[in-house]
Amino acid sequence: MQYFVQQLINGLTLGSIYGLIAIGYTMVYGIIGMINFAHGDIFMVGAFAALVVFLILGSLFYSVPVVLALLIMMIVAMLLTSLYNWTIEKVAYRPLRGSFRLAPLITAIGMSIALSNFIQVTQGPRNKPIPPMVSKVYDIYGISVSLKQIIIVIVTALLLALFWYLVNRTSLGRAQRACEQDRKMAALLGVDVDRTISITFIMGAALAAVAGTLFLMYYGVIAFSDGFVPGVKAFTAAVLGGIGSLPGAVLGGLLIGFIESMWSAYFSIDYKDVAAFSILAIVLIFLPSGILGRPEVEKV
Amino acid sequence: MAVSVSSERDTVASPVQRAFREALYAGAISLGLFILFIGLKTDQNISNQLILAQRWGLLITVVVLTMLGRFFYIAYGQPFMANQKIADVATGLLPASVASRFFQLPAFIVAVVLAVILVAFSSALPALVGPDLAGYLQFLRALAVIYALACVIFYFRAFIHANFTKLGIAALVLYPILVVVVLSVYAWSIMGGLQGSLKWVDNYGIQILIYVMLAWGLNIVVGLAGLLDLGYVAFYAVGAYAYALLGSHYGLSFWILLPAAGAMAAFWGVLLGFPVLRLRGDYLAIVTLAFGEIIRLVLINWRDVTNGSAGVSGIPKVTFFGLMTFNSSDPNYIGKVLDIAQSSAYYKIFLYYLILALALLTAFVTTRLRRMPVGRAWEALREDEIACRSLGINTTTTKLTAFATGAMFGGFAGAFFAARQGFVSPESFVFLESAIILAIVVLGGMGSLVGIAVAALVMIGGTEALRELDFLKSIFGKDFTPELYRMLLFGMAMVIVMLWKPRGFVGSREPTAFLRERKAVSSSFTKEGHG
Repeated sequence: MQYFVQQLINGLTLGSIYGLIAIGYTMVYGIIGMINFAHGDIFMVGAFAALVVFLILGSLFYSVPVVLALLIMMIVAMLLTSLYNWTIEKVAYRPLRGSFRLAPLITAIGMSIALSNFIQVTQGPRNKPIPPMVSKVYDIYGISVSLKQIIIVIVTALLLALFWYLVNRTSLGRAQRACEQDRKMAALLGVDVDRTISITFIMGAALAAVAGTLFLMYYGVIAFSDGFVPGVKAFTAAVLGGIGSLPGAVLGGLLIGFIESMWSAYFSIDYKDVAAFSILAIVLIFLPSGILGRPEVEKV
Repeated sequence: MAVSVSSERDTVASPVQRAFREALYAGAISLGLFILFIGLKTDQNISNQLILAQRWGLLITVVVLTMLGRFFYIAYGQPFMANQKIADVATGLLPASVASRFFQLPAFIVAVVLAVILVAFSSALPALVGPDLAGYLQFLRALAVIYALACVIFYFRAFIHANFTKLGIAALVLYPILVVVVLSVYAWSIMGGLQGSLKWVDNYGIQILIYVMLAWGLNIVVGLAGLLDLGYVAFYAVGAYAYALLGSHYGLSFWILLPAAGAMAAFWGVLLGFPVLRLRGDYLAIVTLAFGEIIRLVLINWRDVTNGSAGVSGIPKVTFFGLMTFNSSDPNYIGKVLDIAQSSAYYKIFLYYLILALALLTAFVTTRLRRMPVGRAWEALREDEIACRSLGINTTTTKLTAFATGAMFGGFAGAFFAARQGFVSPESFVFLESAIILAIVVLGGMGSLVGIAVAALVMIGGTEALRELDFLKSIFGKDFTPELYRMLLFGMAMVIVMLWKPRGFVGSREPTAFLRERKAVSSSFTKEGHG
C-alpha cells in the first residue's frame, strides 16, 4: 500500500508537468485547429532559459534563496519562451491560416526541428547537469515525499487556478472561447481575432516554460533533444483527455503520469512509454474523441 | 492570406521610413530571442560544472544582420517584387520575366568558360593560390556548373515541360553512367572514375531515391486517401528488420525477402489500420505517431531478437539475381565472372538501379491504382468521407487497402535500406524520419508524383550538399562544421518553402476521374478532406 501511494505521488508529479505542457497543445488546437508540433521544443527552450538564468544567478550572487531563484528563473523563462512562441506564430503559422490543414502542421514540424537544432548549435549537444537546488525529503508514514515534488504540485495547482480564472472569468477568456466556437462571428462582433490567437500562444508558452523550469529542477539535467519525448507525451495526454478541452488536458496529463509511474513500478521500466501509447490507442478505440472531448458533429 | 494588421498605417509612410521602423522592431525581437542563447553559452569546466561563456560580439553581429536583412527586404525587396508583378502583368510575361532576366546568353558563356577553366586547372589550384582560395574557387566552379545547367534547362523549358516524365526517367537511368564517364575523363582512368563516382551515386543518387520511394509510398496514404500518417517510418523499420534478421540468421536471399518484407509491412499496416479506422483527423495522426514510437521502443528493448540499440550488423549484400555476388572473396564475384578489375563501385551502381526500379514500380503502381476503383475510392475518401459512405463505398476496406499498400512500399524501401547499409539500428527509425517524409509529400504538393520527386531532390539533395561546404572553415575558423547546421537549415527550409508555396511545388490537382471534359482544378479552390 505504501509502495502504491509512493508511486501515486510520483505519478502526480510527472502528470503535473505533462498537464502543464498539454494545456498549450489543447488551447492552440481548440482555437485554430492545428497541432503545434513545436510546443515540445518550446518547453525545452523554457528549460534552457531557466538553466541560463540559474547560471547567471549563480555567478552574480554568492547565494540566493531557493524560492527567489526559482521565481526569477520561472519569470524569465516565461517571458523568453512567450516571445519565442509569439514570433513563431507570427512568422510560421499566421500566413498559413486559411490555407489547407497540413500546411501549418508542416511549418510546425519545421519549426520544431529548427528550434532543437538552434539550441544544439548555440548551446552544444551535451547534457547540461545542474547541482540540486532543493534536496529536502520528508517522511510521512513511511512515504518519502521530496520538497521538489511538493513545489511542483503546488505551482501547478496555483497556475491551473489562475488559468481557470483567466479563461472563465475575464473578457480575454471570453474572447478566446468565442474564437474557439466561431472565429468569423467573433471577428464580426469586435473581437480582435489575431490578438486573441497571439495571446493564446503566449499563454501556452508561459505554461510550457513553467513546466520546463520545474522539469529542470526535478531532474537536474536538460539537453537539446529533451523536448521531443515530453512533447509527445503531453500531446498524447491532450488527445487522451479530448483535444480542445482544458480539464481534459490536465486529466490526460495526470493519467499518463500515473500510467507511467505505475507501469515502471510494477512491470518493466523499459516498456513504460509503450504502455502509455498503447493505452492511448485502446482508449481512443472506445472513446474516439477522448475522455472529455465532445464528439465532432458533422453537418453535411 | 492573412492581411497584416498594420497595413493602413503602412501605406502612409514611405518604404524607407517603414523599413527603418520594421528593422528596429526586428532588431528588438531578435535581441530578445537570442540574448540568452547566443549571447551566453553553457560550457562544462574541468570539474564538470556548468559555467557561462560570453559571446556578446556574436550576438551583436546576429542582431545587426537581422536588422539589415529586414531593412533591405522592406525598403527594396518588397517594392521590387510589387513592381515586378505590375510589370509582368503589363507585358504578359508573368511567370518568366525574372527568369529570363536571370538566364542570359553572356552570363551563360561566362559560366561555361569559368567552369571549363576551373575544371582544367583544378589539380594545380591549391599549389597556385593556396588551399583557402582554392576552396572558394571550387565553390565558384560548382555554382558555375549549376548555373550553366540551369540555363540549358531554362532554354529547353517548353520541351522539358512537355516530356517531363520520359526525360526524368531517362536522366535517372543515365545518371550513374554519366557520372562514371565524366569522372573517368576527369581522372583519366576508368578505375579513378568508378572510385570517384561512389559519392555521387551513393550519397546523392541512392539517398535521394530512397526518400523519393518512401515519399511516394506515403503519398498513397496521405496524398490519395487523405489519412494523416505520422508514423510511416514504422513500416520502413519493419521492412528493414525483416530483411536484417531473416537475412543474417537464416541466410535467405534478398530476392525472397524483399516480397516478404513488403508483405510483413503490409500486415502491420492492416494491424495498425484496424483500431484507427474509427478515428478522424488529428486523432488518427497521434495514434499513428504512437504506433511508430511503439515499434521503435520495442526494437530498442526486445534485446534477445533485435540486439537492442546496438542494432543488427553483418546483413548480407544483395546478389545479382543469384548469378553474381558483390563480395570480392566469393568465387562468382562480379569482377571474376565478367573479368574486370575489382571495385566497390559496382555494388553501389547496382543498388542505384535497384532502388530506381523499386521507386519506379511504386510510381507505376500508384498511377495504375488511381485509375482503378480502389484508387478512385481513395480520392473520393480524401475529398468527402460522408459522401463516400452515402454512395456505398466501403470506407473500412478503402482505408485498410490504402494503409496496406503504403506500408508495403515502406517495407520494400526498408529491406533495401538494410541491404544498402549492412547495418540497422533503431536510431534510423526516429520520428524525425517520418516528419521528413511527410514534409516531402506535402512540399511536393500532395498527390503529385513529380512534385514529390522534386521536393525530395531539393530537400535531401540540398542538405547533402551542405556537407560539401568545407571551404566555409576558412571564413569561420577551423572549429566550424557545416554539418552541424544541416538540420537547422533543413527545418528553416521546410518553413520557408511552405510559406512560399503553401500548396507544394506542383500546386494544381487534377482529379483522375472526370465527367465529359478534363478540367484542371486550381489549387486555390480545392479543399482537403477532413479524414
